[in-house]
Amino acid sequence: MGVQLDHPLHAAVALPLLAALIVFPFVVLAIDEPFYVVLASRILIFALVATSLNLLVGFGGMVSFGHAAFLGAGAYVVAILMQHGVASAWIAWPAAVAVAALAALAIGAVCLRTRGVYFIMITLAFAQMVYFVFVSLKAYGGDDGLSLASRSVVAPGIDLNSDTLFYYVVLAFASTGFFLFARLVNSRFGRVLQGIRENETRMEALGYAVHRYKLGAFVLAGATAGLGGALLVNQNELASPGTLSWTQSGMLLTMVILGGVGYLWGGVMGAAALLLMEELLAAYTIHWQLGLGLVLLAVVLFAPNGLATLARAAGPGGRDG
Amino acid sequence: MAELLRLRGLIKRFGGLVATDGVDLTVQEGEVHALIGPNGAGKTTLVHLISGALRGNAGSVFFAGEELTHAPVHERVRRGLVRSYQVTSIFTRLSALDNALLAVQAAAGSSMRFWTPVRTERAFTRDARALLMRVGLLDRAEVVAGTLAHGEQRKLEVALALAARPRLLLLDEPLAGLGPEESLHMVELIGGLAGEVTIVLVEHDMDAVFKLAHRISVLVSGRIVATGAPDEIRSDARVRQAYLGDELGSAA
Repeated sequence: MGVQLDHPLHAAVALPLLAALIVFPFVVLAIDEPFYVVLASRILIFALVATSLNLLVGFGGMVSFGHAAFLGAGAYVVAILMQHGVASAWIAWPAAVAVAALAALAIGAVCLRTRGVYFIMITLAFAQMVYFVFVSLKAYGGDDGLSLASRSVVAPGIDLNSDTLFYYVVLAFASTGFFLFARLVNSRFGRVLQGIRENETRMEALGYAVHRYKLGAFVLAGATAGLGGALLVNQNELASPGTLSWTQSGMLLTMVILGGVGYLWGGVMGAAALLLMEELLAAYTIHWQLGLGLVLLAVVLFAPNGLATLARAAGPGGRDG
Repeated sequence: MAELLRLRGLIKRFGGLVATDGVDLTVQEGEVHALIGPNGAGKTTLVHLISGALRGNAGSVFFAGEELTHAPVHERVRRGLVRSYQVTSIFTRLSALDNALLAVQAAAGSSMRFWTPVRTERAFTRDARALLMRVGLLDRAEVVAGTLAHGEQRKLEVALALAARPRLLLLDEPLAGLGPEESLHMVELIGGLAGEVTIVLVEHDMDAVFKLAHRISVLVSGRIVATGAPDEIRSDARVRQAYLGDELGSAA
């Protein structure tokens, strides 16, 4: 029943993985399967977003059912700016992050007055409000979403429309983001978050300004999801209301639960497992979610704390999490 | 002795119930001031009002010359006004050492730090171990707090409060649920603290109260009916009538 506050990032795990991800496009292009580069980009983007949600759910004990709002906000900011002729990634991507962070600040300031089930419901309610705002904005595509004329422009000679180049940009953001996350959860701030998850009243009585730390985490996670949205809209070349829907929030939560709530690698493993499963099963049946349900059931039965606990039991890292 | 805590006309209503009915109370720096009263007298409500967990409907709280009537809990803690809980409130899934580490970190400046791992802050571990040693739990440092014996959990509770380096320690029934042996240890621990920190002690155990307290205030139906040295309280007719009766006689 004991819980560790330390979540060491083992170089012996992280560096080989990073190396494998760097050579990955060469391998799949060599065997003439370029589609896998696109799939890998998608997994990396969702790994980043699911990790940001894990910071809230797993480390801060804040079960947000509205994380898609920030993912979608980031996506729409890039798409809307592009429609108005602003194609530069240097402007659009920071704008996406800033808008998502501000939205998280406003929504968090209200939602964090509640706890538990009420927090779940109110974050869901806010996300639904954002969803319906964008569905009703006919100028920006309404139900159909808003498609991008091309991917964001970085610099002459660097064309993100190349899937391989885009993959490396995503990899840079995802790996940097994950590294910062690993620093964060082990820092003073990360310890405070975990303390709040364990016993919020006691943290307040120890002298921590609890609300400030929760809001800080909420804004950080929202901003990261916004970045994920900016990457995702470039990947899909479409900002769709579906990115904002409650099923998307549910999918992100599923990734976190599948991967491991409160484990360093939980978001990454959950995103990878879920998207790979979707890809595999969807090749056989449009009812792939049935298969997903069965797998989730198996995880709940055999690894109730998520896939990350399996790696922990088997891996060389011992008690890493 | 200087005045450390002053309550003026504190009132707290829950609907029609007046739990705290115009309490005036002064605690001197360095004293152990016991707060006694029958069940339902409003002792715990008063502890909540002093610590900031509840806000009064009227009246004011002054601490070290500063008005803290509207200050939230964590700001009162930063100023040295710290409480322990009647129902043990610790981090049950964390080790005793991690409990102490969180408490030590709270007193070590801002935790808005995002880069350096806490594990590398050696001073934290040193202070946390010293804290556990002080309450006699050092040999239990690695044990998950929820699996500690009840008496040990009560000690950890006190340790968490001590980490904030309180000027005034509000102990809400520190002996609750302890056996005779454990009670003795706790009384010893509190007696040892009495020299260095001002204590407001809410307690039902009259032996402990009369052993530890310099002054005693008696709370009945949300009002303080008497304040004085233990001997005065023992012989106060109103107190006898209102509350203590035989219990007082047996403690004398």
